[in-house]
Amino acid sequence: MEAVTDLTLREIGLATSKVLGRSVDVANDTHIGRDLAVDSLALMNIIMELEDAFDISIPLDRLASVETAGDLASLIKDLRNRA
Amino acid sequence: MGLFDKHLAYRDAYNAIRQAGADPFSVRFDAVVSPTEGVINGKRTILLGTNNYLGLTFDEQAIASSVKAVQERGTGTTGSRIANGSFEAHVELEEALAKFYKRKHAMVFTTGYQANLGVLSTLVGRGDHLILDADSHASIYDGARLGHAEVIRFRHNDPEDLYKRLRRMKDVPGERLIVVEGIYSMIGDTAPLKEIAAVKRELGGYLLVDEAHSMGVLGEHGRGLAELAGVEEDVDFVVGTFSKSLGAIGGFCVSDMDDFDVMRVTCRPYMFTASLPPAVVSSTVTALRRLEEQPELRHKLMANARRLYDGLSGMGYVTGPTSSPIVAITMPDTERAIGMWNALLQNGVYLNLALPPATPDSRPLLRTSVSAAHTAEQIDQVLAVFAELGAAMGLIEAPLQRVSA
Repeated sequence: MEAVTDLTLREIGLATSKVLGRSVDVANDTHIGRDLAVDSLALMNIIMELEDAFDISIPLDRLASVETAGDLASLIKDLRNRA
Repeated sequence: MGLFDKHLAYRDAYNAIRQAGADPFSVRFDAVVSPTEGVINGKRTILLGTNNYLGLTFDEQAIASSVKAVQERGTGTTGSRIANGSFEAHVELEEALAKFYKRKHAMVFTTGYQANLGVLSTLVGRGDHLILDADSHASIYDGARLGHAEVIRFRHNDPEDLYKRLRRMKDVPGERLIVVEGIYSMIGDTAPLKEIAAVKRELGGYLLVDEAHSMGVLGEHGRGLAELAGVEEDVDFVVGTFSKSLGAIGGFCVSDMDDFDVMRVTCRPYMFTASLPPAVVSSTVTALRRLEEQPELRHKLMANARRLYDGLSGMGYVTGPTSSPIVAITMPDTERAIGMWNALLQNGVYLNLALPPATPDSRPLLRTSVSAAHTAEQIDQVLAVFAELGAAMGLIEAPLQRVSA
């Protein structure tokens, strides 16, 4: 399970780097807004990248509880399990 | 900690902008003397950022019907239509809109923002899916948040991306509502509506087009992008506003779908807002008639837009993909965007400063909106100011050829 989460975090890092146009390191407890300076628009664009990376739909209303990269990884895991 | 602490970063950014000159988000007009001219700080200023596409704010007939209505019906309705009832003019306006769009039903809202808030939050609910163009207006995003549908974005103006995302959810239960805009308000680009309608036909769902900036602007009869693209039958809902081409305030939705009128008792932003005052409704009815009677306004608008777009593009400014009544100039950075906005104002040209994240691609914009009421001389005067300031600020190369009248 740890390996799966790591892989998801890696994809989150890649998507974030792509949207922000700069390389970022992402860990479980990385705060998306504070540590990565991701605003609401950038976050929605990161979500679009992740939807394509995992071939899933990530409804925007599910982001309300997402603060850290770990939260986002859990959400993705949850949505993938349901698919 | 205080209630406003979370906004302090915005306060600081706002203060920094204000220190650079005038306040772009709180311009005060001493007077507005015509659809295209105002007075700011005692200086006559060309209005090039007021969405007054047909210039109908000073239409004599619209003013006369507004005056008559306020004298005969009073200043306000003092309540919502479900509580206080409708005035005959509300019904007349809805009938006129339905007829104009050749639709069975029309519903009027107190603002365009509320039309999106109301329609989007009511048409789809829990278990349904709202599929939005990524560059949708704030009122569409807010409408999406007010309802309980699952919200998915697709890449701006990209029908293939829409196709991919709809395919992804093909086995998921629930209705789908696709939302796009006729003309996007920031850079004036239009949706590839024919292709989007084809995706909808293939994968199913409903299609809503927000024609706020394209009503009275696009299409042979001014019905907007759906008319221009020849796909009105594929568009299930048209949302729009009276605050742009019709020169007043208010919003609406038209549709052919049965049971549309049930929204009058289920749509909260309709039910719990005071209805439009008689003066506004009456001027809007007249302005709609003027829009229909005078296709030449549309032609003049498009000619003015082309004159400004070609002039600015020719000087080397970075403009939007197509000539439209919204001509946006991309600025290299926020500092120069603010500097140029202030210099333009000091030289008698008022337009809009748009800063990220309200802009696509996180680039600051100087946003103009052209009117049918602009004269060619006014457009040329604006171009001359752009040429002079742009060269002085290093935004374009100097020397420049003189812009001919």
